[in-house]
Amino acid sequence: MAGSTLLDKIWESHVVRSEPDGTTLLYIDRQLVHEVTSPQAFEGLKLAGRRPRRTAATLAVPDHNVPTTDRKLPIADPISAKQIQTLEDNCRDFGITLYGMNDVRQGVVHVIGPEQGFTLPGTTIVCGDSHTSTHGAFGALAFGIGTSEVEHVLATQCLIQKRPKTMEIRVDGVLSDRCSAKDIILAIIGKIGTAGGTGYVIEYTGSAIRALSMEGRMTLCNMSIEGGARAGMVAPDEKTIAYIKGRPLSPKGDLFEQAVNAWHKLKTDAEARYDVTVTLRAEDIAPQVSWGTNPGMVVGVDQTVPDPKTISDQNTKHATERALEYMGLTPNMPITGIMIDKVFIGSCTNSRIEDLRLAASLAKGKRVAKTVHAMVVPGSGLVKQQAEAEGLDRVFREAGFEWREAGCSMCLAMNADVLQPGERCASTSNRNFEGRQGAGGRTHLVSPAMAVAAAIEGHFVDIRNWP
Amino acid sequence: MQAFTTLTGLVAPLDRVNVDTDQIIPKQFLKTIKRTGLREGLFFDWRRKKDGSPDPNFFLNQARYQGATILLTRDNFGSGSSREHAPWALLDQGFRCVIAPSFADIFYNNCFQNGILPVVLQADEVLSIMKDVTGTEGYRLTVDLGDQRVTTPDGAAYRFEVDPFRKDCLYRGLDSIGLTLQHEAAITAYERRRKQDAPWLFTDVR
Ligand code: SF4
Repeated sequence: MAGSTLLDKIWESHVVRSEPDGTTLLYIDRQLVHEVTSPQAFEGLKLAGRRPRRTAATLAVPDHNVPTTDRKLPIADPISAKQIQTLEDNCRDFGITLYGMNDVRQGVVHVIGPEQGFTLPGTTIVCGDSHTSTHGAFGALAFGIGTSEVEHVLATQCLIQKRPKTMEIRVDGVLSDRCSAKDIILAIIGKIGTAGGTGYVIEYTGSAIRALSMEGRMTLCNMSIEGGARAGMVAPDEKTIAYIKGRPLSPKGDLFEQAVNAWHKLKTDAEARYDVTVTLRAEDIAPQVSWGTNPGMVVGVDQTVPDPKTISDQNTKHATERALEYMGLTPNMPITGIMIDKVFIGSCTNSRIEDLRLAASLAKGKRVAKTVHAMVVPGSGLVKQQAEAEGLDRVFREAGFEWREAGCSMCLAMNADVLQPGERCASTSNRNFEGRQGAGGRTHLVSPAMAVAAAIEGHFVDIRNWP
Repeated sequence: MQAFTTLTGLVAPLDRVNVDTDQIIPKQFLKTIKRTGLREGLFFDWRRKKDGSPDPNFFLNQARYQGATILLTRDNFGSGSSREHAPWALLDQGFRCVIAPSFADIFYNNCFQNGILPVVLQADEVLSIMKDVTGTEGYRLTVDLGDQRVTTPDGAAYRFEVDPFRKDCLYRGLDSIGLTLQHEAAITAYERRRKQDAPWLFTDVR
């Protein structure tokens, strides 16, 4: 027997039926829904006179458009307001649970799933959102889908799929001081490229991955899609089980015990084979800073901006030239010489309580540089509540950071939080595409620790030897 | 969904790698609750210059590419966000086929859901067609899904691969939800089985 990978085990337990060519009707345990990618799906259901098959397996939340300032005021943008209203109407009409804008449980869809215990090991989870890969941190097969497939899952609780290939990314060793999951995943994407994972599901293994907290694993899996992989996963262990226990939607009592027994079996067998394995040493990973216009354009903070003249491959050369022009950077300048205007700490990559605790511990007693505007946007209402109970909001405010309400905010700038043309931002989010945070805006992806240090110094610094 | 059998059409070139869906259609166009009318947002930031006027160098603004139905582009097209607004915007502009050496997974799927055929050709084949497209005004290709073949005006033919199930659905314009609902009994049987093995998955999420 060849043994099974974690992916094989989850896949096999979700096959409803399959054709000889491998086309599979795959059962979907859970679906998350947000306001941007669902209106057309609900409209499709209505037009066809169909009903959702299992409303009890679906959870909805508005996050992309919500304002992060005073929620008691009406939303200034009428089109945003309409989209959020449409989600509320659809959830009411179809009987789907919704955490509305003024519910303390509201937040970024990929933060609230785990927080509520909706995300469980061994499940299949989808959402009309590419960062659904986040939920793979629990040993779930979680991936983003388009709106037509959102409709498909609502109507049938299934998707038509073919089994993806498997890629093991093994990271052994111990991370340097103040380096984090964000640096690991940026270094991985720097190595495999933004299309390196296309067609694969990644399983992250190795001692450096095991050492990560659940929140660190979520940061890691979140950006699997930036490496082209629709899903990334980490096999569940005692940390996973401890995290899930007692959450509002997680199983209770005997059911929990039964579930834990099953979760213990969710790991790749010793004899199983991955299609590809990539390895990295944790010790080699410096704090990462992206310099270009996709997440694969990234280097260590102790390095310099690349020089297109030294690149022989014509495609890479042109892409580099174009990116440097957009980013307003000169070849060979040190990364620590890049001055920034804005700092954004938030998004489904890095806005959980541990991120905020770490960021606050570094900001404590310091001041944001006069030239920088910095904001902290918690991932959910509950993260915000917890942070305030611990006094983190005070630390941030005293250091000169703005403290906001939960939502996607400047990660994609669909609400009022937007970069102006030419503005340069150190961001803990996951995408540095042209215009992502506002037309003409320039985004550098970094960890929360790197973002805080940059806010205070006004430029990037190597946090490994920062006071 | 509109079926796709064969298409002979004008080709428009987008000579860039890693075109992400944020570029295909920026976020400000995602607030709609409709699938139509998205043409205006297609490549919005690339279509105009800094002062907001149309950029005459961008292909969509050039007279010779008006009415194009086939988009020819480079590696890793459609990466990033899962937004189905990207294929909706392409379709609204009139594109029924995108040819590239590689596509991002979610975008590739989304095309099939909307009657758009994404065709993968070898990188050198794409480059050679790209050269001809830019060099010849009115350059047209014929894309035949049945034969899985792209034919150039001078008769050269390039074969492409496509998953048989997807091909069939697109070729016949089938509604995939309708297809799945034909397996209602299998889904119910699965749920019954699964409830025995993993009862904790069947509690309510409210
Ligand atoms: S925080 Fe950013 S990446 Fe995450 S779901 Fe929101 S918009 Fe998408």
